[in-house]
Amino acid sequence: MKNSTLDKVKKGTYITITNLPTGILKVQLIRIGITEGSKVFCLERLPGGTIILQKNRQEIAIGYNLAKEINFQIV
Amino acid sequence: MSKVHSDIIEHNEKHPHLNIEKNNPDSKFPKVVLVGNPNVGKSLFFNYLSGVYVDVSNFPGTTVSITKGIYKKYSIYDTPGIYGVSSFNDEEKVALDIILDADIILNVVNSLHLERDIFLTQQLIEMGKKVTVILNFFDEVEKRKIKIKPDRLSELLGVEVITTSAIKKSGFDRLDFAIENARIGNQPKELHHILHETLNRVGSQAEALMILEGDTLVAERHGVQCGSPDEREIIYIERRNRVNEIVSEVEYEDSSRGKFLNLLGRLSLNPLSGIPILIIVLTILYFFIGDFVAQRVVNFTENTIGKGYVEYYMKSYIAKFTPSQISVNLLNGGDKVIETKNFIFDKSIDSDLSLYNEFKNYSRLPNAEVDFSFNNLLVRLFFGEFGIISMTVTYLIFLLLPLVIAFYFAMAMLEDSGYLPRLATMLDRVMTKIGLNGRAVIPIMLGFGCVTMATITTRLLGSEREKTIATAILQFVIPCSAQLAVIAVLMSSAGIAALLIYVSVIFIVLILLSTTLNKFLPGESTSLLIDLPMMRFPELDNVFKKTFFRTYGFMKEASLWFFVGALFVGLLDVTGMLLLFQDILAPITTIWLKLPKEAATAFVMGVVRRDFGAAGLFNLSLTSMQITVALITITLFVPCIASFMVMLNERGWKEGISIWLGTWFFAFLIGGIVAQIIL
Repeated sequence: MKNSTLDKVKKGTYITITNLPTGILKVQLIRIGITEGSKVFCLERLPGGTIILQKNRQEIAIGYNLAKEINFQIV
Repeated sequence: MSKVHSDIIEHNEKHPHLNIEKNNPDSKFPKVVLVGNPNVGKSLFFNYLSGVYVDVSNFPGTTVSITKGIYKKYSIYDTPGIYGVSSFNDEEKVALDIILDADIILNVVNSLHLERDIFLTQQLIEMGKKVTVILNFFDEVEKRKIKIKPDRLSELLGVEVITTSAIKKSGFDRLDFAIENARIGNQPKELHHILHETLNRVGSQAEALMILEGDTLVAERHGVQCGSPDEREIIYIERRNRVNEIVSEVEYEDSSRGKFLNLLGRLSLNPLSGIPILIIVLTILYFFIGDFVAQRVVNFTENTIGKGYVEYYMKSYIAKFTPSQISVNLLNGGDKVIETKNFIFDKSIDSDLSLYNEFKNYSRLPNAEVDFSFNNLLVRLFFGEFGIISMTVTYLIFLLLPLVIAFYFAMAMLEDSGYLPRLATMLDRVMTKIGLNGRAVIPIMLGFGCVTMATITTRLLGSEREKTIATAILQFVIPCSAQLAVIAVLMSSAGIAALLIYVSVIFIVLILLSTTLNKFLPGESTSLLIDLPMMRFPELDNVFKKTFFRTYGFMKEASLWFFVGALFVGLLDVTGMLLLFQDILAPITTIWLKLPKEAATAFVMGVVRRDFGAAGLFNLSLTSMQITVALITITLFVPCIASFMVMLNERGWKEGISIWLGTWFFAFLIGGIVAQIIL
């Protein structure tokens, strides 16, 4: 399975998060429910690269620059 | 419900460490603290318990004030919505201090987002606090056919779990039970090994955990080294795994989504469908705020009530004690003066009764415009054209108040529907280009209502850098509704070419200003990371209360600064400095901007109120290109005195003054360049 950064995720795919940026951002992501190993669904990929992830019933918007620092694998 | 005390403690960046208990006379009562993620309905519980309402926000992180009340023999505290306990930002710092001090924690949880919310719950339990979990929105769970087992959750966490619906107010009768039965939950075994050493040094499990999690604020207080980022990560990941296990045991779902509101939420994210939705929303906002409130309501409150009654009777009364000259203009339907009469009262307005009666009859004719002027300097300072009392009362109560109410009402509707975070998401990429992120749409949108109000709202942005950029944009290019109204009237007489030039110049300045700041300001802007709340129909009750409290907060904050500003301008006026400024500006006006000399008056007036500035142009006969130049200059020119004062307060003297002087310089520079090209 190829590892890629989240800004390249395709809409409508189920993915596993493999790596998060370090520091405060990581902590914020973990709290909101995204950890290394979480399985999420890419609900939307907006023009310009803002990513909307869905995890269970929860929707999370991630800015393009942050998305570039997150790695994932396709499930 | 028992007797209610409450006070609002405004959190201020300068005082990151709130010592609430020190001046708190009720500290003998056990402290019950409501804690939860944003949008879980915490404040509604607070409201129920203490009888006092607070801001309930649907946009993560819009409030940093804390409210306290008394319920039976407990003091109840509300905290800002947080995803975890630490001190990364103001909201968290405020919440952290209150949580560390808490005797009992009521942890409000959104039943639909257990996986996210239980993370905070688990952290609170690991802090060794007495906790009860409130599963809110439990009715929504039933509606969506999700199954949650509260008993099993209670077993796994080791604390009581009650279920409620804040909106239907069901389950609230169990709150007494929740408070009385709060207890320390199940502690993960490994945690005690990790905490052991630090615990011996600081004496409190909660603080020991904070220190291990790398919280510098708490560590500094105890003079110990805080944990490394690695340690924090280990604790966090352990906790996350534990939470996921718990949630997978207590919850399963057999639902299908696809309701209308969800679809609407989805559509408003993507520009293709989102921009049409935005246009519809803005059109509705325009008719409500721009047309109904800013024109009809304000025209009635400001002119009919404010000027026609309040100022008129106030000044007539003052004129009984001091000499005055009063000129009365009769206007025709098109606001043109058709007749003017001057009344001069050497001693007092009622010393010559026949003249006084003539004045009374004449000035009360329909379409009469009355202008009082007083000879006494002190009287002029308080009741003259820029009088501290006369002008501020009309301005604050009859112009600003209706607008602010309308704006906060509209924002509350948008917030509570869940639309605003989606709008922020849609516009995120565009905003990144100018060094902001999607969140900044809120202050920018508010700016079209009132720049002063918007400047206060820049607080919610993630970094100082973003606050600076947003403040500069607001102060430079965004015309407030009062100014927009005047601009619209002048523009309608200037034609389409003028409008196009005006809009493009302002837009280019916006782009240049923001990209330049983005390039040269040190540091980095934060990236968007927001949780999109569910789309739902706003609860009107909540919207009204929110509108009321925000309006109150704004008026409280801005009024003081407006009085200070009015005093300053009033002093300039009575000392003759205002006229001096007009003369100083005259050469720039005539040669560089190619406008009549009198236009300088408009700029000087613009220092006080932006719409005064634009309105000062009404009486000059300008060509349509001159109108364009004048309006460009006025728009870019300094913000009103109230927003200037608020900016100084928010951004500090150095930055505030730089932006303010910058607007002087660039307004004339750009206005002049346009004048040299098109005139």
